[in-house]
Amino acid sequence: MTLPEGVKRREIAGERQLATCGEPVYGEPTDGDWRAWDPSRSKLGAVLSAGVDTGLSSGDRVLYLGAASGTTVGHVADFAGPTYAVEFAPRPVRDLLDVAADRPNLFPLLKDARAPETYAHVVEPVEAVIQDVATRGQAEVALANRQFLEPEGRLIAAIKARSEDVTREPAAVFEDALERLREGYEVLATERLEPYHEDHLGVIARPR
Amino acid sequence: MTDAEEAGWFAGLGATGDADETEWLKRAREAIDSGTASEPANWPERAVGADVVPDAETYYERLHQATVATAGELVREREQADDQQLIHSIRALDDCRRTHNELTERLAEWAGTRDRTAAVEASYVRELADSEPTDPTERRLVSLAERIVELDREADRLEEYVDRTAGTVAPNLTALAGPVLAARLIALAGGLGELAKLPSSTVQLLGAEDALFAHLQGAAPSPKHGVIYTHEYVRGTRGEDRGSAARAVAGKLTIAARVDRYRGEYEPEIEAELDERIGRIRARGDR
Repeated sequence: MTLPEGVKRREIAGERQLATCGEPVYGEPTDGDWRAWDPSRSKLGAVLSAGVDTGLSSGDRVLYLGAASGTTVGHVADFAGPTYAVEFAPRPVRDLLDVAADRPNLFPLLKDARAPETYAHVVEPVEAVIQDVATRGQAEVALANRQFLEPEGRLIAAIKARSEDVTREPAAVFEDALERLREGYEVLATERLEPYHEDHLGVIARPR
Repeated sequence: MTDAEEAGWFAGLGATGDADETEWLKRAREAIDSGTASEPANWPERAVGADVVPDAETYYERLHQATVATAGELVREREQADDQQLIHSIRALDDCRRTHNELTERLAEWAGTRDRTAAVEASYVRELADSEPTDPTERRLVSLAERIVELDREADRLEEYVDRTAGTVAPNLTALAGPVLAARLIALAGGLGELAKLPSSTVQLLGAEDALFAHLQGAAPSPKHGVIYTHEYVRGTRGEDRGSAARAVAGKLTIAARVDRYRGEYEPEIEAELDERIGRIRARGDR
């Protein structure tokens, strides 16, 4: 069983799907306190539903990079401990604030994930860094944020090929990104996120 | 590594409960927004150790309150900035014009079944809007025509707003490009600050992203211009010199955007330099 405690496969709206306990965020189907976690709207959701062991545990402290409007980080905060959500663009943070309003353990930060020194005075060391930033240099972002990880912590990253280079083969882009990542991480598992997310690679790694 | 550098966001705020609540939150916002540290630390433990908060639970309550307030304030500030308002207004203007055209066609299509003189023309829409309906179908047609006339008026008012706002947000860019093109460029870049950071080769192709990707994938020639095509100096220059004109216009628009972003004052020299450059490019064909 690789799902973290607090994440379950449940029958919701006639379908067996991932779910967490918390206030609904985006009109997702619910069953009592449980709300469905749609893997096609969430890269972490796709990683978990593929059965990858993320190393995430209930109550973990989490740094989430690229929180966007909070669809995924809301699910994370449902089962994790203190959850720091970094997002650069103001518009999605407007929605992220609504997600944070119902979750006292979710801390929104309007910051640039490429500049960790601008939030290191707020974020404590964490058991997991979850990264979903659609910018060029995704491996560099992961390396720059490695300092937040506890020695036994985990990086769970979704690498988007098209953010690096639209013209190259995704497989080649992924190989380069992994190569770069290995400068600071040991890569434990990778998983293509099709059919939920095209040309995305899920990566689980630990700092070395 | 000094203590000041490595202090958490809560350093200098005083113990919670000491200070006035509003004042505390204001200082916390300032600290979260502009503070830095070279590396993370166990901040909750440190805050408890420094008697800022009695326990970790209170720490997280305070952190939640402060981060939500900070992000909320920053989002409000950034979204209400003049360049963001200009972006929304130019998009609303485009939406109004597009919808106006679609509805004008729909109206002519429908009215044409009952009236041979129906046409996709503003004059026909106005005429219909001013007429007296005699049956239920005509009531709908006349009412629809009235809506279309109003939509056109709204688009005109939006354009006036764009005209006024663009000049305040970016005086130099507006002087060179006109308010509508200036607004479009700012919208495509995502803001005046973002536009000012772009190289002029990117500004030249803003709005031609599809053509550029087709080219990068080897399927098409490289595009010469994006929305700057609407600039008289690009559109009005002969085909073989249009690439040069586009490059010159993009170069000066980029400088104008940077001056607007970092100095904010109108500088007539930029316009004069562009006029002169275009004059020379166009003179090539006269030799």
